[in-house]
Amino acid sequence: MDDEKLEAQDYPLAEMRRDLVRGRRGKSLDQLDLAAVENGDVVMEDLKITARALELQAKIARTGNREKLAENFERGAELVEVPQDYLMEIYELLRPGRARDKHVLEKVAENLRATYNANHMARFIEEAAEVYEARGLFASRF
Amino acid sequence: MDQSTPHKPNRWRRFSQWDERPLRLDNFAVDDPENGFSAMNGANDPQPDIEVKNGRIVVMDGVGVADFDMIDMFIARHHLDVATVVETMAMPSAEIARMLVDMNVPRTDLVKLAHGLTPAKLAEVVAQLTAMELSFAYSKMRARKTPGNQGHVTNAKDDPLQLVADAATAVAFGFDEIETTMRVSRNAWSNALACCVGAAVGRWGTLFQCSSEEAEELQIGMAGFSSYAETVSVYGTEKAFIDGDDTPWSKAFLTSAYASRGIKMRCTSGAAAELLMGFHEKKSLLYLEARCLCMQRAMGAQGTQNGGIDGAPLAASIAGGVRELMAENLLAVWLDLECASGNDARSSESEIRIGAKILPYLISGSDFICSGFGTILKYDNSFNASLFNGEELEEFLVLQRDFEADGGLAPVDEARILDVRSRAVDALAAVFEELDLGSPTEHMKNSVVAASGSDETESYMPRDVALISDKIKTRGITVVDVIKALAKRGFNQEAEHLLSLVKLRVSGDYLQTSAIIRNGRVISAINDANDYSGPGSGYQLSEQRREEIINIRDQLTRDAVLHKEKTFQTLETTQITYTKVTDAERGERDDEVVIGISPAFGLKLFRTTGDHPLSQVLAELMAGIKAKGLRPRIVRFHHTADTSFLGLSAASLSGSGIGIGIQAKGTAVIHHIDRLPHNNLELFSNAPITRLEHYRKFGENAGDYAKGILPEPVVVPTRGEALGARFHARVALIYAIETSLTEDEKLPEEIDVQFAGEK
Repeated sequence: MDDEKLEAQDYPLAEMRRDLVRGRRGKSLDQLDLAAVENGDVVMEDLKITARALELQAKIARTGNREKLAENFERGAELVEVPQDYLMEIYELLRPGRARDKHVLEKVAENLRATYNANHMARFIEEAAEVYEARGLFASRF
Repeated sequence: MDQSTPHKPNRWRRFSQWDERPLRLDNFAVDDPENGFSAMNGANDPQPDIEVKNGRIVVMDGVGVADFDMIDMFIARHHLDVATVVETMAMPSAEIARMLVDMNVPRTDLVKLAHGLTPAKLAEVVAQLTAMELSFAYSKMRARKTPGNQGHVTNAKDDPLQLVADAATAVAFGFDEIETTMRVSRNAWSNALACCVGAAVGRWGTLFQCSSEEAEELQIGMAGFSSYAETVSVYGTEKAFIDGDDTPWSKAFLTSAYASRGIKMRCTSGAAAELLMGFHEKKSLLYLEARCLCMQRAMGAQGTQNGGIDGAPLAASIAGGVRELMAENLLAVWLDLECASGNDARSSESEIRIGAKILPYLISGSDFICSGFGTILKYDNSFNASLFNGEELEEFLVLQRDFEADGGLAPVDEARILDVRSRAVDALAAVFEELDLGSPTEHMKNSVVAASGSDETESYMPRDVALISDKIKTRGITVVDVIKALAKRGFNQEAEHLLSLVKLRVSGDYLQTSAIIRNGRVISAINDANDYSGPGSGYQLSEQRREEIINIRDQLTRDAVLHKEKTFQTLETTQITYTKVTDAERGERDDEVVIGISPAFGLKLFRTTGDHPLSQVLAELMAGIKAKGLRPRIVRFHHTADTSFLGLSAASLSGSGIGIGIQAKGTAVIHHIDRLPHNNLELFSNAPITRLEHYRKFGENAGDYAKGILPEPVVVPTRGEALGARFHARVALIYAIETSLTEDEKLPEEIDVQFAGEK
């Protein structure tokens, strides 16, 4: 989290606050041009969103009284560094009947917290574990 | 027929005709709340209520916390604002309903209020609004000011060449988002690559999604091909949700996962999904959808695709179902969600029901009027036919023009379409060649450029596509490879466009509520907020946008009509000459019939609206009169161009007292000297369907009247053609030429008519 103060007028960031926007390897928007793509200076990694961009967008969302959207952006920021395979593994475990008890999900939460500092998402998954237990969602489906 | 035993009818045959209309293919189901068939009054719909103890919700909509299902839990924890919920829930529903349609109550106030309303309360409020009030409230409550539209781009062969051409075409028409899916699921990567190239032709900013299995869809997004997703489905009962193989938490996780990859997403829900899935809990469509929408806001999704979607045809089979769809769209925008407002699955076989369904959305505007307008032909739509399809796209454009309403699209001329389609197939062919995915022949490309649908193409077949798709996937080709290939082969503009689109995810600006790209800028509920507060506020068509919308093809202009008459003139001057002999006087002979012709007849105008040359029409009238042994006299009048007065003036100069009046457009009347102007003997008012044989008989009848015989009047049969729609614009232009030539004081002229071939 940073303490950058943002107002609705700072949006869109790519127009109004270009100084704040950086690619994953630190390139500015101006550096992400066609010539740079052609000569190989820009790769897919440069075109991915950063956790900071999502945190800034959360602030913009709050200027419009969109707390839930902001919280989603913050959870998203925590997942930026989570590898794709693990991301899909967690999603799969959250589907009904995949995890067989709440400890599986609690372990995921623990790992997210420890490895990615994903506190909000970890809390969210712990809540899921608690609800799944209450509603019998750990029962096998296939 | 046996006259002695009268046949007792067993049916009014109109019912048999009605049986044949497409409407009767539609299902209509009786209200049956016990079995889930109720738009807004389910057998088990709860009364709205709330109880908070120690800062925790302990009762919601008649259910105690101990009995909460997972949906109740999610809504109670993440949707409802515990601090305000008791106070907000205490407001009478009727009062809140009035606020929704009160232009003096700002949208933002109502959005805040929604945070303290339970699903049952939300449903109870909107159920009080009529269809018109729902539409008005929707217009006021939708999040982004500028309306937009979304289209399907698919085909029956998953042919990438057709996809790229059709995507570029959809972009040209103005779609803000395009969506593809496959006939064969492994073709997803090929579809995605083709559509993303097509979306970069002509302009940039059209967002693209490839609807496929969740994990694959996210991977395609990560490879940079797609820029949004909307397949995150949510259901209103616990059992339906579990059968859909998800929970609110798994979907919320996916929502955050999309954010973490910089991909725009919205959820999907909509009436009758639970009914179709067999888990409706005897609850109404509206109440269940209210639950879905509360969950979506609680998950932190920026928007929704709702308004029936796949359940729309089922909803439309229920009484009030279409009104319910409007009500659930209103709930979505009231909850501050971007709304792709359904109008997606074709909900009727009746074109009248289709037109009626779209109208409220068109005039109220919507973030996306359709969450899937079929930009392709019905049979090519791999999502199944849409409410509007390629076949009917021009009808949609005309509706925009009729109501001066912005449905997000605009007409495009034929040359431009051909241009973008050719450019698109060339661009994809270049990418395929550069990336060693194939080398489409000129023949393949040409067949696709011209084709309206896949029946007409000689291009890739699904099996070819599967091989291409597998290569894209296994070789890990990304959008960066595609951009490079485009640039290398000289498609710099498309390369720039595609790069601009992918760069959107670096700032994430387009993840905010209701974001689209217009003229290279992200606009959303933040910087283009709907500020409707009465007439003159909210979205207004700019002069420039109005010009774009109204300019459909083949509009009549005065110049074009005059130009056409000029070409007729050349033909007519070889057929007939009109020579003034003298000023016309009252005739003495009782065997004459005067034909009064209008000021422009044969001088400025040369054909009837039935497309008959005036020389032939006049010849037939004269032949008819002569056939009855009478003598036709031709008089040109200048003081009037009106049929009735032409006829009466002709009659008053006629020795027999019978005259015919005829305008250049072919409208004709038989008149008698002693009758009132508009009380004629016979009238041909439908000139466009009046044929030469009718004019001949008309002349004969005039002869009979002159002889004191009452003939059988000439009836020009009509088959109910919309003659006004087909002809009146042209008629008005033509008739203005007649009236501009009238001169009050100018005397009638005796005309000698000479036909070609006559001496």
